[in-house]
Amino acid sequence: MKDLLELFAIFFRIGGFTFGGGYAMLPIIQEEIVHKRHWATDKEIIDYYAIGQCTPGIIAVNTATFIGYKQKGIIGAIFATLGLVCPSLIIITIIARFFNHFQDYAIVQHAFSGIQIIVIALIINTVINMYKQSVKDWIGISLFLISFLVIAILKLSPIIIIIISAAVGIIKCKDMDTKEIK
Amino acid sequence: MIYFKLYLVFFKIGLFSVGGGLATLPFLQEIVDKYGWITSEELLNMIAISESTPGPIGINTATFVGHNTAGILGGIIATFGLVTPSIIIIIIIAHYFSKFSEEKIVKSAFYGIRPAVAGLIGAAGFQVAKISLFNMEKFNIRKNIIHIFNIKRLILLGIILYISNKYKKHPIVYLISGAIIGIIFKF
Repeated sequence: MKDLLELFAIFFRIGGFTFGGGYAMLPIIQEEIVHKRHWATDKEIIDYYAIGQCTPGIIAVNTATFIGYKQKGIIGAIFATLGLVCPSLIIITIIARFFNHFQDYAIVQHAFSGIQIIVIALIINTVINMYKQSVKDWIGISLFLISFLVIAILKLSPIIIIIISAAVGIIKCKDMDTKEIK
Repeated sequence: MIYFKLYLVFFKIGLFSVGGGLATLPFLQEIVDKYGWITSEELLNMIAISESTPGPIGINTATFVGHNTAGILGGIIATFGLVTPSIIIIIIIAHYFSKFSEEKIVKSAFYGIRPAVAGLIGAAGFQVAKISLFNMEKFNIRKNIIHIFNIKRLILLGIILYISNKYKKHPIVYLISGAIIGIIFKF
């Protein structure tokens, strides 16, 4: 029960401090799950996120469910997800009741603009870290750059990129021994 | 029975929207057109608020729409509807993933996927940076190159990048500092 409550508390914090899409949760996940508790490696988090991106549902929820399941099975998955959505339920309910023009307040806009800069800085750190962990050769460099450019400029669906890069990986490693693939 | 309907509608959204919170938008529009629980204008307002409040955007929007349709319980039920398909599908995948993650085909697929995911998260960050750090409107009016950049914000970004790499504090510490700095310096 203690572990389940801890899962709930961790994802409650993550839910309470994710500003933006699912990617914005990654810096906190790395801190809480990888660095502090060693429940998963950086690489595993990337894998869960990739799967969460390609499966139905909200990416943040998918990633939370995955980590919760890995840690404590089905009940762990449920506790992690409940933790993740609780801050939203509380905050949005309060806003919906009392502040119908929440985003019109100057103080909210200033705070949010400040937070956005932090999110950008944290994402830059996360991407650098992910790059170091996952790019091993020129194929990795190309996949990184192509996926960045194609999504940032052509605005293609990330799912297509993930499927293509999986195919590239399978072809590249065709003749390698399973133990060599890292 | 409004609660049951809410649950089903958001269950469907959770089941069919692949690729993040914004993928739910076409389905949310359907709520306006088909059920008339909220107006188009209300929906836009809810999305704007959901983007600037803590929590995943998709969850925030579901809570909001549910709440304004059927009160506090409505918000909870809509959110539970949205996450149910995720929980079921991911539990099944996670179960098999742990079994097959050492298989050669899975390992080699992720060998390709990981660099691409790093790139796509970089792209997501770039989209936010583009809006937040650059000021194309002002540049178009004044035609002065200096106006493209939002200097105040770029300075903060530089400082945070430096500090966060040096001291490695919990990300939440920086997020709270960002909110306070934003308010004090009127970002």
